[in-house]
Amino acid sequence: MTRIRIAKTLWGALAIIIAIAWVFPVYWMVNSSMLPTSTLESFTPTFLPFGGSLDNFAAALADGDFYSALGMSVAVTLITVFFCLLFAFFAAVAISRFRFRGRKSFIIAVLLVQMLPAEGLFIAQYKMMASVGLLNSVIGVSIIYIAAVVPFTIWMLRGFVAGIPADLEEAAMVDGLSRTQAFLRITFPLLAPGLVASGVYAFLQAWNEFTVALVLLPAESAQTLPLWLRGFVQASATRATDWGQVMAASTLVAVPVIIFFLIVQGRLTSGLVSGAVKG
Amino acid sequence: MKRIPQALLLPALLILLVGLGYPVGWQLVTSLQEYGLAQQFGRPAPFVGFANYLELASDPTLWAVVIRSIVFCVVTATLTLVVGMALALLMMAVGRIPRLILQIALLLAWAMPVVAAMTVWIWLFDRRRGVINYLLDLIPGVDMNRFNWLEQPSTFFIVASIIVIWMSVPFVAFSAYAGLTQVSEEVLEAAQLDGASGWQRLKNVILPMIRPVIMIVFLLQLIWDLRVFTQITMLQDAGSKSGAFDLLGTYIYKLGTRAQDFGMASAVSILVLAITIALSWFYVRSLMKEEEA
Repeated sequence: MTRIRIAKTLWGALAIIIAIAWVFPVYWMVNSSMLPTSTLESFTPTFLPFGGSLDNFAAALADGDFYSALGMSVAVTLITVFFCLLFAFFAAVAISRFRFRGRKSFIIAVLLVQMLPAEGLFIAQYKMMASVGLLNSVIGVSIIYIAAVVPFTIWMLRGFVAGIPADLEEAAMVDGLSRTQAFLRITFPLLAPGLVASGVYAFLQAWNEFTVALVLLPAESAQTLPLWLRGFVQASATRATDWGQVMAASTLVAVPVIIFFLIVQGRLTSGLVSGAVKG
Repeated sequence: MKRIPQALLLPALLILLVGLGYPVGWQLVTSLQEYGLAQQFGRPAPFVGFANYLELASDPTLWAVVIRSIVFCVVTATLTLVVGMALALLMMAVGRIPRLILQIALLLAWAMPVVAAMTVWIWLFDRRRGVINYLLDLIPGVDMNRFNWLEQPSTFFIVASIIVIWMSVPFVAFSAYAGLTQVSEEVLEAAQLDGASGWQRLKNVILPMIRPVIMIVFLLQLIWDLRVFTQITMLQDAGSKSGAFDLLGTYIYKLGTRAQDFGMASAVSILVLAITIALSWFYVRSLMKEEEA
């Protein structure tokens, strides 16, 4: 027995060492964001943020472009989340509550197109938006985001809609509620967790997206947060980088994402490998 | 009343047609045309059949990029799978507290936005003040002081691969762990009673049982590791923009923006889409199989 216990302790120690190594970059971002440039310039790294301050955050926030990038990101993200949920909800109801010709082809098509990489499409998307004057506009980039995110949102919501028995709604209608009332009072509350999970997924995609934004938003005034953040790294090629400020900027972009991500993580995994985990 | 499902699908279908369908169609047409700088200024684009594709097929630069991308993709996806599986098995082997610590660490890494993760990793690999060079330099006999990782394509792609693996392993580890928890205790105990060693149990009992999960996860990794435009672009920002550091994504981007050669860029894009669809087809088929089961 003792040999097994020793082995278990050793494995446990290994797991903790790996955990520390894995989380280190995230820790390092926060640590560096609080240290002054003079400390970061030293050849010996400082591993704990003692004597740190929030000066780097103040400096990053003082960058005038931050607020325009924040506004742009918020606008694009809100539009994407709203229309994704709306369109995906309709489609999810269609494929889980109705049997019709072309249903299976639609599901296959949805699963296939969600895999199409932006790298294989951005040249055409650029030409398309340029020809209708939607470069550097919230609308242009949002259209592409909705199209890119809606397939997986449909797939995710489908499971939730299918999980709500249609009898429930019908029973409520027998009890005298109208179809709309039955939907709003019975189905909608049951669906809320699914809408939240899908909405957060759409939020993460739109908030983090870099490739399409780079192509469709070439003007500096139209940058989203990821492009703003990249600007810091680009600048580092020509002049000495203020790493403390870059890390503060990265932390500002990452924190809302990390919080929202932790909310939906479980749903995300099960959506991507749905069914296969049942064993 | 009969058209309700079709009406419900309409908005999603329309946005997909505008955002993805039209661009794919435009690229198919453009890849068969000569579409260079002159056409940017309004000259009609002549139809040239498969000339762009033939030119690409005989272009050694493109072949180098294609092979580099495929090697990068397969190596990175395989290593991600191996490390992810190992971590999932480790989660099974340890007690509740170490497991929880490991899971939280993986979740935090997974949650990092790509662009933020890239800035941190570039800072970690920084030539002069980076922690990685500092730590490696502490090893006796190793001189990594001011070693520039992003200077040579070989070390550049090692760095890129490490970063992509770091980002992708959590998803693999959690999926595999979810699969492993479904393997019944009784089956494992029975195998143990029959005298199967730890390695035999892994190879003959556990792996076959979670094969469907592993296959799907591996396909997703292959598909995702083909689209590493963000990572490569940011590493090029910090290093060199020369063509030797390109993978398919950055190569297409440069063809379109610098050379303004939309015909060729479209032809390469179609190639990328074709590879992706071929890989995705297996993924969708295995998902649909589960769906019907």
